[in-house]
Amino acid sequence: MAKKIALLQGNEACAHGALYAGCNFFGGYPITPSTEVAEVMSGELPKVGGKFIQMEDEIGAMASIIGASLAGSKALTATSGPGVSLKQELIGYACIAEVPCVIINVMRGGPSTGMPTGPGQSDVMQARWGTHGDHAAIALCPSSCQEIFSETVRAFNLAEKYRMPVQVLFDEIVGHMRERIVFPEPGELEVIDRTAPSVPPEQYKPFDTSFGDVPPLAAFGSDYRFHVTGLNKAEDGFPTTKAELVDAEERRQIRKVEGAEARADIELNEEYMTEDAEVVIFAYGSTARSARYAVNELREQGIKAGLFRPITLWPFPEKRVAELGEQVKAMVVAEMNLGQMVFEVERIVKNTCKLGLVTRVDGDPLTPTQIIDQVKEVL
Amino acid sequence: MAYDYEKSIRPGKLPHIWCPGCGHGIVMKGLIRAMDTCGLEKNNTAIVSGIGCASRMPGYLDFNTLHTAHGRAAAFATGVKMAKPEMTVICCGGDGDGAAIGGNHFIHACRRNIDMTYVLLNNYIYGMTGGQFSSSTPPGHLASTTPYGNPDPAFDLAKLAIGAGATFVARTTAFHATQIDKLIVEGIKHKGMAVIEILDDCPTTYGRRNKFRSVVDMMKRLKDIAVPVTAAAKMTPEQLEGKTLTGVLHKEDRPEYCENYAKIIARVQGA
Repeated sequence: MAKKIALLQGNEACAHGALYAGCNFFGGYPITPSTEVAEVMSGELPKVGGKFIQMEDEIGAMASIIGASLAGSKALTATSGPGVSLKQELIGYACIAEVPCVIINVMRGGPSTGMPTGPGQSDVMQARWGTHGDHAAIALCPSSCQEIFSETVRAFNLAEKYRMPVQVLFDEIVGHMRERIVFPEPGELEVIDRTAPSVPPEQYKPFDTSFGDVPPLAAFGSDYRFHVTGLNKAEDGFPTTKAELVDAEERRQIRKVEGAEARADIELNEEYMTEDAEVVIFAYGSTARSARYAVNELREQGIKAGLFRPITLWPFPEKRVAELGEQVKAMVVAEMNLGQMVFEVERIVKNTCKLGLVTRVDGDPLTPTQIIDQVKEVL
Repeated sequence: MAYDYEKSIRPGKLPHIWCPGCGHGIVMKGLIRAMDTCGLEKNNTAIVSGIGCASRMPGYLDFNTLHTAHGRAAAFATGVKMAKPEMTVICCGGDGDGAAIGGNHFIHACRRNIDMTYVLLNNYIYGMTGGQFSSSTPPGHLASTTPYGNPDPAFDLAKLAIGAGATFVARTTAFHATQIDKLIVEGIKHKGMAVIEILDDCPTTYGRRNKFRSVVDMMKRLKDIAVPVTAAAKMTPEQLEGKTLTGVLHKEDRPEYCENYAKIIARVQGA
């Protein structure tokens, strides 16, 4: 049977990716330019017996998905910069309480209301450090409508597997662009559900590290009952201020994402013509589309250019960026902000190669010409 | 025979954090008796709270318990209830938590008429942070941030709940211990949003600043200000000055949120 094909907006593709991943709860609040995700979910979820709720505010939306997830749902919310700012309080809660959930951020400019209908990539550091306290972060950044579908599926998989909030960031350009989408068949893309406890209910501890850095998670309303708090907690889920327990918990929550094995599982990059490249453009989201065009142009002009596109922004692809830094003469970071990921690149490549930066924040996308000019200037 | 509270308390989690003389323990015992009377199954019940002294209550109770962030109990609880409507969902928390920082979630839970029971412990103060005035501190009263007397008017939390659309609203005080479980039982049995406001005392941070020399003085105040709604009908406005109505203040039948959504699912899937 022929696969289902559709012309979909990025935001619509996101909603369909969530449904493919088994999402059965959406809690949201209207905000441009992400609202279409909520609109599609409001129509589709009841068809599959799922639940949609438009909450009274962004914080309430985030609270509702954490509550639903603890009751066993696969839960999603979608918003944009100002909404993510409000959600930070409870993104931190989902981090420390280790509750799987997915947050879509269709990025516009900022700070504050900024330019609601224009694109931006200025939330990439917010995705890493937006909530207070030490915590790990997983953030994915697709650059096409098809990839929004598959990365939304992957976001659910990572949220469930690592028991934590996962953010998917795409800029307004990709969110509102329409492209041809080929719907994967059921089973074609992997769908992961959280690990349920295997011990008898009376032995269950919600943060039992004898099962590894990601303890199994039961659901409210099952045979298991347990306590959840935003306080530092011991393995049984109850608050503790014991120094050794707090220290172990904080370090484990970083390690479960940033440990070597987890990194290898979570990191995903696309490389284009990097094998022999002397200059690599580091670009993500819609900017990577201009960068790819720039690479082709530069190659035609005899400059050995390549593209490194992180699809997983966080954890940052440290190992591969370091290798490329050793290989190339220069790296040029292109981003729709005034320089954010460039600092991560700088931290990793150190002085192994020259580093250039091209930015844009006027509501228009970076053009291939701007990127080409910067590459030539750095070389 | 004495009532057995132990069966509902998590082993090893007592003593609680509350100060001597605090009424929160009286309310928790009332809640335990009420859940028992209603025959709630532990695994099928979730107790959700925010932040503050009263919000520590779920940690002591042997149910599914969710100690959330400041003010967010009703919103988390909405997610739990919507995901698993077959569960009984109970919120508990204080006045600052539920009606100030969490006021928006509280009124919208009332508006939706989602089936949960919100036990709102109103002790007129932010106790855990050391006694700052809350949105229900009476005007003129002293708190650590109102050294010259509270300039703010106070919320009537039960009226707020009624105005926002809660379909069962009742009020009592920590002095009226046996009425606490009776009202919570009615709230749990009611299909829809039930708010039970319980006027409480905080001798440590409210009482000592406001000339209540002892816990007994605070309890006497709760006894004195409470007027059963039935008795109030026969009283003059002058007699009701400074009094607070107690008992069932409001009860109506209105479609419940999760049932409404279940009908939408049935309609969409049937189409």
